[in-house]
Amino acid sequence: MLQKLIRRRRELITGYLFVLPWIIGFLLFMAYPIYFSLNMSFHKVLITSEGIQKDFLGGDNFKYAFLSDPKYVEELLVFIKSVIFMIPIIVVFALLVALLINQPIRFKGLFRAIFFLPVVITSGEVVKELFSQGATTISIVERYGIIQFIEANLSPSWSEPIIGIIQQLIVILWYSGVQILIFLAGLQKVNSQIYEAASIDGASPWEIFWKITLPSIKPFILVNIIYTTVDLFTNSLNDVILLIKEHMFKINTGFGYATALAWIYFMIIFVILLIVVVIFGRNEDYNPKKAGR
Amino acid sequence: MKKDNVSILKVVKAVDKKMIENIGYKIKRIFLGKKGNDGIVFKVFIYALLISIGFVYLYPIFYMVSHSFKSLKDLLDPTVLWLPKSLHVDNYIRAWNVLDFPKAFGASMLNSVLPAISQTVSCALVGYGFARFKFPGKSIMLVFILLTFIIPVQVVMIPLFLLFKQYGLLGSPLPFIIPALFAGGIKSALFILIYMQFFKTVPKALEESAQIDGAGPFKTFFRIIIPISVPAIVVVFLFSLVWHWNETYMASLYLGESMRTLPLMLQSFDLAYSQEYSSSGATDMVNINESIKLAGTMLIILPLLILYLFAQKWFVEVADKTGLTGE
Repeated sequence: MLQKLIRRRRELITGYLFVLPWIIGFLLFMAYPIYFSLNMSFHKVLITSEGIQKDFLGGDNFKYAFLSDPKYVEELLVFIKSVIFMIPIIVVFALLVALLINQPIRFKGLFRAIFFLPVVITSGEVVKELFSQGATTISIVERYGIIQFIEANLSPSWSEPIIGIIQQLIVILWYSGVQILIFLAGLQKVNSQIYEAASIDGASPWEIFWKITLPSIKPFILVNIIYTTVDLFTNSLNDVILLIKEHMFKINTGFGYATALAWIYFMIIFVILLIVVVIFGRNEDYNPKKAGR
Repeated sequence: MKKDNVSILKVVKAVDKKMIENIGYKIKRIFLGKKGNDGIVFKVFIYALLISIGFVYLYPIFYMVSHSFKSLKDLLDPTVLWLPKSLHVDNYIRAWNVLDFPKAFGASMLNSVLPAISQTVSCALVGYGFARFKFPGKSIMLVFILLTFIIPVQVVMIPLFLLFKQYGLLGSPLPFIIPALFAGGIKSALFILIYMQFFKTVPKALEESAQIDGAGPFKTFFRIIIPISVPAIVVVFLFSLVWHWNETYMASLYLGESMRTLPLMLQSFDLAYSQEYSSSGATDMVNINESIKLAGTMLIILPLLILYLFAQKWFVEVADKTGLTGE
């Protein structure tokens, strides 16, 4: 009894020792900054030679962001709209590619390597450069007047993000490398005997996809949607986070206002993820452990 | 006699029909397959789709390679589409000088290798702790880890910036290294989870036998667990390296003007170009053009391309090698 107790206590202490670096790191580089920035977002912060000077503003920073800021809400809306289109494009594309690669084909490794390459080589700067040089648009899309069609038929507030997406379609597809791998791993876990049984029973590949493949990779779809959302919101391709940085060093807005903007941004990510989880995760067979993340 | 003939003819016809049917069936099977996904038609379709998607995927890279070798004349010549008339290496020489390549490469190395090593080690320890030991507060900590994954860095960057400024760490790689030492920094939540999933697949008997031999938990970890965890370690290191290398948002904030990594140099390429070449006399006055910029971009991703060439299998097998997707 006593020995068991000692052993358990020893396990507890060793466990804490192993995760201690994370605890320290979390407190120093996450928890404290979060508290600090939340606090700052309610202040006007001035950095003077004597140190940091803070004037309490209440919710004025947030009010200003929504009501008076000429750019923030607008940029945010454009970005959210484009993200709403980009997430399904990326996830469906990743699933399609994963299904193709998962077929019994040759050069499987080569194709996998091709589709993963962008994850390795693209930084925000490289993408921006390629985009500005026109390397990311396929001329066919423009030749058939799809853009004019969209412009003519949709209100500018929706046509703008859609056209933006068409123009950088390749770059958007580039963000699906990790998702393809996750789907591939998921597909490989589906029991191959089920497929055999289904095809003996005369199910067509089409039916097999909808009735067997899709339900069994459902958890991976959720994981991929979450990953894609976080990935899109945190990569430096979007104008919102550039705006936040811009405000950091503006005299009339400063750190306080910039952190307020960052918090609004985080809240939006949080709400979107919540919606995603509610819509796609309520299925009773969803098992977070299976999803792996 | 006539009757016989007719019946033979009938038989022959029947056999013929059967044979034709048989051949037809065989042909059908070759083209369409038995199960619907192993026929030639299907295969051709799959390959065509994969190759065309792959081409679209690689299009920007092909475009970049092709254009970066074009001289100004080729660039303006509409008949030159993909293959430049001559390999114009001068673009690369100029881009190399503008980027100040050796120095920027060194800065990039410092800012990616050191944080990557720190992250690889610290996340391994933490991941092992979470995978193997029970202690109160573990589940809430895991929730916090997931939270750090979704919190955008913008929320915490200003306090961190002020913190690092206070201790005079700005302008050095330390703002990246120090959080990485404490299992923080770029996408550390992901790395902890990768390790956790991996360590869970390691049979417990290994540690138990080491413990019976009298090894403590840390000795067991370093002597037994680490040597068999090479796949997870390599994967985490490579991803950490690449993501640190490509990071520009925080890098420009922390490093400022004193230290500029390769992607940061690309940010100010135009300005640097005019400084480098407009003052150096009229002999090599070549205005900046897209070929030179693309050559610069090419130089920036070249180290990563080379790395990918050698370590490609580690990257693409991340999910298989680490048991990331759970068992």
